[in-house]
Amino acid sequence: MSAAAPLLEVRNLVKHFRVGGGLFGSRAGVVRAVDGVSFEIRRGETLGLVGESGCGKTTTGRCILQLERPTSGQIVFEGRDLTVLGEDELRPIRRKMQVIFQDPYSSLNPRMTVGQIIAEPIAVHGIVPDRAQRAQRVREILSHVGLLPQHAYRYPHQLSGGQRQRVGIARALAVEPSLIICDEPVSALDVSIQAQIINLLEDLQAQFGLTYLFVAHDLSVVRHISDRVAVMYLGKIVEVTDRKSLYDTPLHPYTKALLSAVPIPDPLLEAERERVVLGGEVPSPLNPPPGCVFHPRCPIAVDRCGVEVPELREIRPGHRAACILA
Amino acid sequence: MFITLLHCAAVSTLLEVKNLQTDFVTHGGVVRAVDDVSWDVNESETVALVGESGCGKSVSALSIMRLVAGPAGRIVGGQIFFKGRDLLRLSEEEMRRVRGREIAMIFQEPMTSLNPVLSIGRQLTEGLEIHLEMAPVEARRRAVELLGMVGIPDPERRLAQYPHQFSGGMRQRMMIAMALACNPSLILADEPTTALDVTIQAQILELMKELSRRFGVAMLIITHNLGVVARYADRVNVMYAGRIIERGTARELYGNPRHPYTLGLLRSVPRLDEPRRARLDPIQGQPPDLTRLPRGCAFAPRCAFCVERCLVETPPLRPVAEGGHVSACWEAANLDRTLTRSVAAT
Ligand SMILES: Nc1ncnc2c1ncn2[C@@H]1O[C@H](COP(=O)(O)OP(=O)(O)OP(=O)(O)O)[C@@H](O)[C@H]1O
Ligand SMILES: Nc1ncnc2c1ncn2[C@@H]1O[C@H](COP(=O)(O)OP(=O)(O)O)[C@@H](O)[C@H]1O
Ligand code: SF4
Ligand code: SF4
Ligand SMILES: [Mg+2]
Ligand SMILES: [Mg+2]
Repeated sequence: MSAAAPLLEVRNLVKHFRVGGGLFGSRAGVVRAVDGVSFEIRRGETLGLVGESGCGKTTTGRCILQLERPTSGQIVFEGRDLTVLGEDELRPIRRKMQVIFQDPYSSLNPRMTVGQIIAEPIAVHGIVPDRAQRAQRVREILSHVGLLPQHAYRYPHQLSGGQRQRVGIARALAVEPSLIICDEPVSALDVSIQAQIINLLEDLQAQFGLTYLFVAHDLSVVRHISDRVAVMYLGKIVEVTDRKSLYDTPLHPYTKALLSAVPIPDPLLEAERERVVLGGEVPSPLNPPPGCVFHPRCPIAVDRCGVEVPELREIRPGHRAACILA
Repeated sequence: MFITLLHCAAVSTLLEVKNLQTDFVTHGGVVRAVDDVSWDVNESETVALVGESGCGKSVSALSIMRLVAGPAGRIVGGQIFFKGRDLLRLSEEEMRRVRGREIAMIFQEPMTSLNPVLSIGRQLTEGLEIHLEMAPVEARRRAVELLGMVGIPDPERRLAQYPHQFSGGMRQRMMIAMALACNPSLILADEPTTALDVTIQAQILELMKELSRRFGVAMLIITHNLGVVARYADRVNVMYAGRIIERGTARELYGNPRHPYTLGLLRSVPRLDEPRRARLDPIQGQPPDLTRLPRGCAFAPRCAFCVERCLVETPPLRPVAEGGHVSACWEAANLDRTLTRSVAAT
């Protein structure tokens, strides 16, 4: 890690989707999927991004990858703002940013062999033009992710969930990226397989100097793998800091509630543990509440919270939170 | 016989599953989804059934309800005593009366078990009118009461809505309301919170705990996550490849695990209450294919403690400690936690 410019900087990212207006006379509306998100990731580090489903994690990832064009804001990757680039200029940059999806079942083409799935991006990006050398490269990558050479001839449905996720990782690695967005990479896997994949991701990071954006909703897994953590709620980052500060001294009431909801596999500890159980549900991003978006569920909300939008501000050095009472 | 009866009376067993076997005939061969499994639930007790995908948890619950999908699926052996009667010997008519009224089930996918074209109100009142022979007005009053009880705000208005207008958490509350409708003595809850967000998961589990205490209803909670049930279960059954491989009180099982698989599950997950570890200790290998189970212990290919005997003889559940703690492992007496760590690290 160096004090140099970060590998990725997300500045005031906004992504709104227009929906409705038509069928059943539903009124047209705007889904504020991502609503002013800023963070940075340094080279070689892992930033964990946590939050409940629908809070905008996947959309943030898709905007970074330019699979989705942001409504506004900048995505600065290796010093260049991707949002102003055309498709031609983006192509060589796309190779440097890869993604691993949550669902290892639907993210692999069922009609291609594992070998073809991994070889394809290598060929498309012209990394290894020679066919025979490419097959050799595929075998190397398979061994990096803990698969055997003969797995190259199998189809995805002939593999277990954990093996399929390894293929997804292999495909991402194949083009020698610098950033990998891991979107809930272990959520769909059996408990006994999750730890294997997490260890693999950590080994590969050390070996190839990779940078990760690790999206997840399991706070124990995120603590294990992340150097820094950002907590998202309804399209906004409500807290971001280094791992230790987030878990030892969380500042935002939502972060505290999330931490308190994490189950601990020890009945004795659980028996004496006080739980902050949040009332209500996550509001719709079609119609977010005014003021602090968390105020309808916040256990410590005051009148001001319903009108004032809290800024994400630095409360301690390197520790930012969006709460007027923090 | 005399002793057994005495024993039953003392702990007041509500449900007793004995040597249950449930098979599926598939293209790949016969899958013994539930393989000679015995367990029980006492009155007012919360029991957990834990294991990874495909190990036979849902089929166990469906077998009790006699809802295993035929003709491929069939209960081929065993007995299921509920309040002393063997459910497997009841007529279909008698079984229908048990379902919903005495034993209720909360299914793994709430959306598939709710009828999308019936209003929330109708789905609740239907059961009340059929099972409890309530008059429509009375059933409606009870429906409002039930929705209120599971924390759905504004229940009067909600009755007219349809399942798709409910969020995932609200649908699960609705399922709980339906399960409670006829005051059953046992609720089988199949992964009641797996599809939900963590904060909603906590809400639902706390709600279930409170309601089970209030009404003295016994619960079987099925989950793949050992962590989730530590707070709620009195006793825990761990399942692997169609069999129960360890059972004990929650305290015993988490504090003194006596099967390498349970030990592995507990060691492989990162925990917020412990200092962060440099590396996780995963369980090696893959979960087994039930059509091609190895001879002997099904966990042997992944087990760091495997000895020769494990490859030929299937270990039975045997007592390993006080309080009904049992484990199906030949090496149960020789498991040393520190040893596991060093083996897993190599
Ligand atoms: N209708 C069916 N036809 C054939 N096989 C089946 C059928 N239903 C279940 N099985 C098989 O029976 C075994 C146990 O399935 P079950 O649904 O009980 O698993 P589970 O423990 O509930 O898993 P999960 O955690 O994924 O819900 C699996 O091997 C499954 O493939
Ligand atoms: N293409 C789209 N059109 C309309 N709404 C969308 C679209 N993609 C995502 N959304 C909405 O944006 C919000 C954030 O979604 P997403 O980023 O997928 O959340 P997460 O990954 O955190 O679960 C959700 O309310 C989702 O329904
Ligand atoms: S600003 Fe108010 S409502 Fe928002 S998190 Fe802080 S205290 Fe709660
Ligand atoms: S019986 Fe043998 S293989 Fe099976 S869990 Fe015990 S030690 Fe391991
Ligand atoms: Mg997502
Ligand atoms: Mg199941």
